[in-house]
Amino acid sequence: MIKLLENETIEIESIDINLWYDDVQALKDISIKLPKNKVTAIIGPSGCGKSTFLRCINRMNDLIKTCRVTGELLCGSTDIYGKDIDVITLRKKIGMVFQKPNPFPMSIYDNIAYGPRIHNNLNKNKLNDLVEESLRSAALWDEVKDKLNKSALSLSGGQQQRLCIARTLAVKPEVILFDEPCSALDPISTTRIEDLIGKLKKDYTIIIVTHNMQQAARASDYTAFFLLGEMIEFGKTKIIFEKPKQKSTEDYITGRFG
Amino acid sequence: MINIAGHHRILSHDTINKIATLILWASAVITISFLVYIIGYIIIRGIGVINISFLLDSPRMSGAEGGIFNAIVGTLCLVAIALITAVPIGVGAAIFLIEYATDNPVTRVITFGVECLAGIPSIVIGLFGYAFFVVYLGLGFSILSGGLSLMFMILPWTVRASEEAIKTVSMELKEGSLALGATKWQTIVQIVIPGALPGITTGVILGTGKAIGETAVIMYTAGSSLLLPHSIFDPVRALPYHLYILVSEGISEDMAYGSAVVLLVMILIINLMAIGIQKMCNKRMK
Amino acid sequence: MVRDKYHNQLIQLQEKISSLSELVKNAIKESIISLQDHNVEQAVDVIKDDIKIDEISTQIEIDCMRLLALQQPLARDLRLIVAIIKINIDLERTGDLAVAIAKVTVAIDNEIHIKPLVDIPRMATVVCKMIDGAQRAFCESDSDLAYDIAIFDNEVDALYNQVWREIMTLMIENPHNIRNASQLTLIARNLERMGDHVSNMCESIVYMVTGKRVKLN
Repeated sequence: MIKLLENETIEIESIDINLWYDDVQALKDISIKLPKNKVTAIIGPSGCGKSTFLRCINRMNDLIKTCRVTGELLCGSTDIYGKDIDVITLRKKIGMVFQKPNPFPMSIYDNIAYGPRIHNNLNKNKLNDLVEESLRSAALWDEVKDKLNKSALSLSGGQQQRLCIARTLAVKPEVILFDEPCSALDPISTTRIEDLIGKLKKDYTIIIVTHNMQQAARASDYTAFFLLGEMIEFGKTKIIFEKPKQKSTEDYITGRFG
Repeated sequence: MINIAGHHRILSHDTINKIATLILWASAVITISFLVYIIGYIIIRGIGVINISFLLDSPRMSGAEGGIFNAIVGTLCLVAIALITAVPIGVGAAIFLIEYATDNPVTRVITFGVECLAGIPSIVIGLFGYAFFVVYLGLGFSILSGGLSLMFMILPWTVRASEEAIKTVSMELKEGSLALGATKWQTIVQIVIPGALPGITTGVILGTGKAIGETAVIMYTAGSSLLLPHSIFDPVRALPYHLYILVSEGISEDMAYGSAVVLLVMILIINLMAIGIQKMCNKRMK
Repeated sequence: MVRDKYHNQLIQLQEKISSLSELVKNAIKESIISLQDHNVEQAVDVIKDDIKIDEISTQIEIDCMRLLALQQPLARDLRLIVAIIKINIDLERTGDLAVAIAKVTVAIDNEIHIKPLVDIPRMATVVCKMIDGAQRAFCESDSDLAYDIAIFDNEVDALYNQVWREIMTLMIENPHNIRNASQLTLIARNLERMGDHVSNMCESIVYMVTGKRVKLN
């Protein structure tokens, strides 16, 4: 029998991650290995801690003052919660796309150039190339190439979300976290984003939190099921959706609770 | 059968609705008519003395003759000093309160202090300005003393308007910037402040309008010299104070109404600017 | 329970499979009784009643397609529906085989059988027992029972071989027997095929319960 993750390189590994908001424990002993250049979906009912876990990976939880984390979260061999870690470098390496498209109220070009401008001084030509490359990778270039100086807010919801993906790609991350990226989009835009995720995994490790079971089934290689702050099951997506090992996973997937 | 005619009511819903609309209309009309009456009365009384030389000449004979140019300059200088000091401090305080401060006693004291400052009668601020700037710091009656005292008047406005404006910048945008690896400071400078700018500007401009009309604060701090100032250490007379003296010392009622018209127009222009800037910013954001 | 309507539809679908297997089982029993009794009327009834089996079977297929299209079933539910689709086909085929037996009975009419019918009714009994068991395994999601039931197919096969050898001997002894002998062989063959279909149903049940794909014959 082939073991799970046998032929995979591990990009991120969490070992017994516990997380509290004040006294409320939101994550309990989460241990999971996330494979490189694969799409891992995290599913589970609302409040199961899936977004919280995602936000641990790029330390977005730091913004919440009452949040406390114990355990080890490794990216390669560096501990994300280590003392000498630079959060800025970490977030550059681990990008994030949010639930609601959140383009900055500036031009399409400036949105993409925002990250690169912060991190390195590129000359005009290099920056132009990077903007084009990022927009192309996010499958948005053809739609916006003639209006790069227009406000990003003039784009449709689906385009805005792809712009946000392009913006993340522009800082050259290794991992991209998607926090319910399609929950505010129509089905066609959703399909496009899923399609894009499938293409992006060639170059990036992708972790996607989703409420949409079909989306997890379609877009991911591996699936983790979270419930009440615990990780119940992790496995190949095709197995999770055909014959999960845990009863609670099966009950959730088949809509018997949640 | 469902009875939809509502025969058993004395007044139908429709009638009640019409009466309510009428009452609301009447209130609006009454408010507007008061405004029109006051402004109209002042303009009619004051328009006679207004001409180019009234605006551009120095006052002569304590203001009984000549123009009000020096008082206009005085007002503008005072407001400029007030703005130059109040805006950075106010915006800075607001950023601190919203973005950095945790909910602790110090923060609560600061917030409470800002609230109190807004409630202090202007004459008390004037007195403090006199004691502190004029006497203690030895700045004398001067543009600097007056301007700094005015700063205290508009500071709460700036802080509050900035706070509100900063709050309107959504968490999603800030998270978006932070997730790209921007520092908190970069996020504030590039995302929060530009996003809050329309709100801040409006708040500042409305504060300015308040400062222009202020008399009590500058009475004891900016002096009442009718000479043109040469530096910020010179005393000046502000327009509203000039108006007050013209009337209270019985120098010239016509000149007083003329000054009132100029004051009104200045405030009107400032309010229009506030609206204009807001519209412009909204358009740019879209 | 969140998706009540959907889950009720699944339960109804399970019930339809039960009633379908009941009908098929009856068809087998009656076809064999009519064969034993030379009762042409009863055989004709079996042939006519096949319409009912076909109707229910078609209805089950439509229901499955509808659930797949509208509810996107996953995991346990998906396996259940896939199993139902396959079991449905097997049951419907089994019903057709019963009809084939009845048709032979009609053709035989009043001709005397060349031998007393012992093993053929025994085959039918085993097949009916298998259908019963498979139905129980299906309703109770009992994969162990499904494995056990599939083993009975060996018994059916052994009986078939025995019947076949016997009939061959009779044919060699007397060529006049050939007509009735080949008819009886055909009937035994049909019963043997039924056993295979029930084994397939057991495979579907094992898949439904465990997610494992197994070969049981």
